[in-house]
Amino acid sequence: MLRSSQPLTGPNRKRCREDEMLLGTVLDEGERGFIIDTRSAQAAKQARMTGGGTEPKSSYPQWRRLHRPLERGRPLQESFIKLVEACNDTSINMDRWLSRLESCRWLSHVKAALSTACLAAQCMDREEASVLVHGTEGTDTTLLVTALAQVILDPSCRTLVGFQGLLEREWIEAGHPFHLRCARSAYSHARLKQEAPLFLLFLDCVWQLSRQFPFSLEFSECLLLTLFDNAYASAYGTFLCNSEKERCLCKVKEKTHSLWAWLNQPGEKKKYLNPLYSHNALVIWPSVEPQSIQLWQGLFFRWIRSSQYLDEAWAEIQRLVEGN
Amino acid sequence: VENVRLLDRLSSRKAALGTLYLTATHVIFVENGSETRKETWVLHSQISSIEKQATTATGCPLLIRCKNFQIIQLVIPQERDCHDVYISLIRLARPVKYEELYCFSFNPKLDKEEREQGWKLVNLHEEYNRMGIPNNYWQISDVNRDYGVCDSYPTEVYVPKSATAHIIVGSSKFRSRRRFPALSYYCKDNNASICRSSQPLSGFSARCLEDEQMLQAIRKANPGSDFIYVVDTRPKLNAMANRAAGKGYENEDNYSNIKFQFIGIENIHVMRNSLQKMLEVCELKSPSMSDFLWGLENSGWLKHIKAIMDAGIFIAKAVAEEGVSVLVHCSDGWDRTAQVCSVASLLLDPYYRTMKGFMVLIEKDWLSFGHKFNHRYGNLDGDPKEISPVIDQFIECVWQLMEQFPCAFEFNERFLIHIQHHIYSCQFGNFLCNSQKERRELKIQERTYSLWAHMWKNRADYLNPLYRSDHSQTQGTLRPQMAPCNFLYKFWSGMYNRFEKGLHPRQSVTDYLMAVKEETQQLEEELEVLGERLANLQKSQLTDNKVKTKQQDGIKQLGLSTSNNSLANTPQEYSNDLKSFPSRSPSQGDEEDSALILTQDNLKSSDPDLSANSDQESGVEDLSCRSPSGGGCLPSEDSGKDSDEAVFLA
Repeated sequence: MLRSSQPLTGPNRKRCREDEMLLGTVLDEGERGFIIDTRSAQAAKQARMTGGGTEPKSSYPQWRRLHRPLERGRPLQESFIKLVEACNDTSINMDRWLSRLESCRWLSHVKAALSTACLAAQCMDREEASVLVHGTEGTDTTLLVTALAQVILDPSCRTLVGFQGLLEREWIEAGHPFHLRCARSAYSHARLKQEAPLFLLFLDCVWQLSRQFPFSLEFSECLLLTLFDNAYASAYGTFLCNSEKERCLCKVKEKTHSLWAWLNQPGEKKKYLNPLYSHNALVIWPSVEPQSIQLWQGLFFRWIRSSQYLDEAWAEIQRLVEGN
Repeated sequence: VENVRLLDRLSSRKAALGTLYLTATHVIFVENGSETRKETWVLHSQISSIEKQATTATGCPLLIRCKNFQIIQLVIPQERDCHDVYISLIRLARPVKYEELYCFSFNPKLDKEEREQGWKLVNLHEEYNRMGIPNNYWQISDVNRDYGVCDSYPTEVYVPKSATAHIIVGSSKFRSRRRFPALSYYCKDNNASICRSSQPLSGFSARCLEDEQMLQAIRKANPGSDFIYVVDTRPKLNAMANRAAGKGYENEDNYSNIKFQFIGIENIHVMRNSLQKMLEVCELKSPSMSDFLWGLENSGWLKHIKAIMDAGIFIAKAVAEEGVSVLVHCSDGWDRTAQVCSVASLLLDPYYRTMKGFMVLIEKDWLSFGHKFNHRYGNLDGDPKEISPVIDQFIECVWQLMEQFPCAFEFNERFLIHIQHHIYSCQFGNFLCNSQKERRELKIQERTYSLWAHMWKNRADYLNPLYRSDHSQTQGTLRPQMAPCNFLYKFWSGMYNRFEKGLHPRQSVTDYLMAVKEETQQLEEELEVLGERLANLQKSQLTDNKVKTKQQDGIKQLGLSTSNNSLANTPQEYSNDLKSFPSRSPSQGDEEDSALILTQDNLKSSDPDLSANSDQESGVEDLSCRSPSGGGCLPSEDSGKDSDEAVFLA
């Protein structure tokens, strides 16, 4: 699985031999690969007008392009804000709740993200084909897809340590601009142009996986909530800045502490482990039917509703497993 | 009929070829050719509707929809045969006499005494004793001993001490169907009670002294409060409309010391339509999130569930927190009243959250108080307007509570699903007829078997591993969160998509934890035994001065295979937008598919399926209903077009 940003074909359909060769080397003679473009076909075409574009079939004959539009940017942030508003709105009656939920579109975004990640995984696992994922800049929906696909495909990404490694690799080092994307969150009126909850969407998708495969992830919901918190505001330097370069310039490694170091301390670690975990060597294929995708209550109702009874249930699960 | 195809409803490509059989009690599809014969059994009683669809090149499709939400799609090669099957099924699914039902031929091979014992498992007399009755305030009355006062009530009713036979009879004449106020639940901690009845025949101005005295008697039976609530579970408009028909509701002016309250729960027709709409959403092929949420909201189903729950919460609060007695009624007092009283009881009393207690609750508030099982669930062919998912809604309320309070119930989801299944299956005699009177006349207990005994025998399958009777969550009153709580009501895909394997987690956490619990218990027991042995050894060492090394018996190795990792699941179809694209691919060949002879042992965990019992008479080996989801290994493929806009994987 590869990731990149969009090719700069532009309105004059420029070609780049090196790019074609690079992609060519990925595939053997006669093999084919898939390009998953996270923009709609139309949006991708329009990108040419501003210097971007798509890989023309003629230049990349072994690659088949699939479009799977995933929401990002302002619309995604709006979706998030609307959802949080809806969750906080105590005046909604039951007979309007679901349509209100639907109008936020958040769950549709979760479904789309999971579906696309599964598609990428399917290409690799079932079709045994290589996959290139890109959107526009390769820093948002691209990372969402590649990271999620790895959780689906690779059992080592489902361990506590492996998942942290995945985050480092596919989000942090890959250059997701955390500083811009995770600026003010849903309550702010600032409506910053660059803010968008891609990382939260990723965490939500991972949570959906944990619900559908309760034994297959080594980490608990608590870890996901902690990651969400720290992406927006943190005592640690892990999610600072927008790129490795910036982190270097700011001397983040010298001046701050790492979140991973904290999480992995033996005393802390326990909180983040899933008592039901048991290594599952297989690929986990989630159902993306609407019935299978649920609102992440643990996050969206975190401050609204006591999780006491669920916490007690988890404590009981822990007790049963440890007793054994 | 041979060469019939059983389609996987979700992926029309996966079709099993086999032979279709119709027996007196079942429809059976037996798959050809596999090493193990895969059988799908459906009880006629379960059939809700049969749809003959347009003949295609491949044959004549027949769609069978079941009351337990299973959907069977068959394709019969010859139109003539299809028509015959269709006509036969229509007749078989609409029995005219009770004796046609499966429970009268079902034979689990128990002797007469075992059968009798089975029926004695649940005893209402004991239950009222447990509540603390009879006592200073409440007594048992035999006024209805021959069903002479009310034929839909039980022979033994519990009434306030000060309610004489005269008052009871008088009140019954002023109540719809003569269903006078009687005790459903008594809280001995504070003497508050839940009573139930039907609507008074008050019209616009009629009064009845005895009925007013009856309510006073209820009030007096609770010295801790100077008034009672009267809760009408109908929407105000409906109740008012009833007045024009000479019925209606209690006027606070006429009945001293009552506080009247409407809690609008819609009627059986609205509920029937609501379920219908929801099932239509479930049948959508690859719906978008939007389609699903809109469709679900449109059906109103969760709104109704919440209304029932809210009513139960109100009553439980009145009893537990205010210490005030409540009289509940709707129109006839056998639908919404039953739902609301049983939800309230469940919230109030942890006993009803145990397996036995739940069986008792259903016996009490549904069976003894004359809920019309036959009419509502169509044991026999009857008026389609009487059909309504009343008890289904109650069962769902219980599930919703289980989701909110995972440690509070002794039983698990499978328990609820099986009960629902058997309410419609008529395999056992518990849920036949419309009243206790009818069941006794039909001699149900002598001619059929009790579901409760059967489930009790298999209770290990129904336990909730998180339940501990000493846990704080399991004790006292359950207090579900009030607002905001809309989001707490979830779509119950375990029930309404029960047979769609692809939708559910591949592995049951419940079963895993039960296995862990059992293993821990066994290990602890062994530890004890070994500890004793050690102690004895040490003792004998001291006395005899002999040193013997004993070879320890092999400790049972309970290999706990936690994740059945052999259960690889299959990717579903992750593309969207293509009309002919079936959305879900069936589960890959896994344990369920390979264990194709459906004995009881094989039907475990994620397939919440059924009682398998041999029926000698019909000469068939195993009776279990089976999901038709075929075992396919590959994601559905579509012949797609290759284009720049290609949106799927071919």
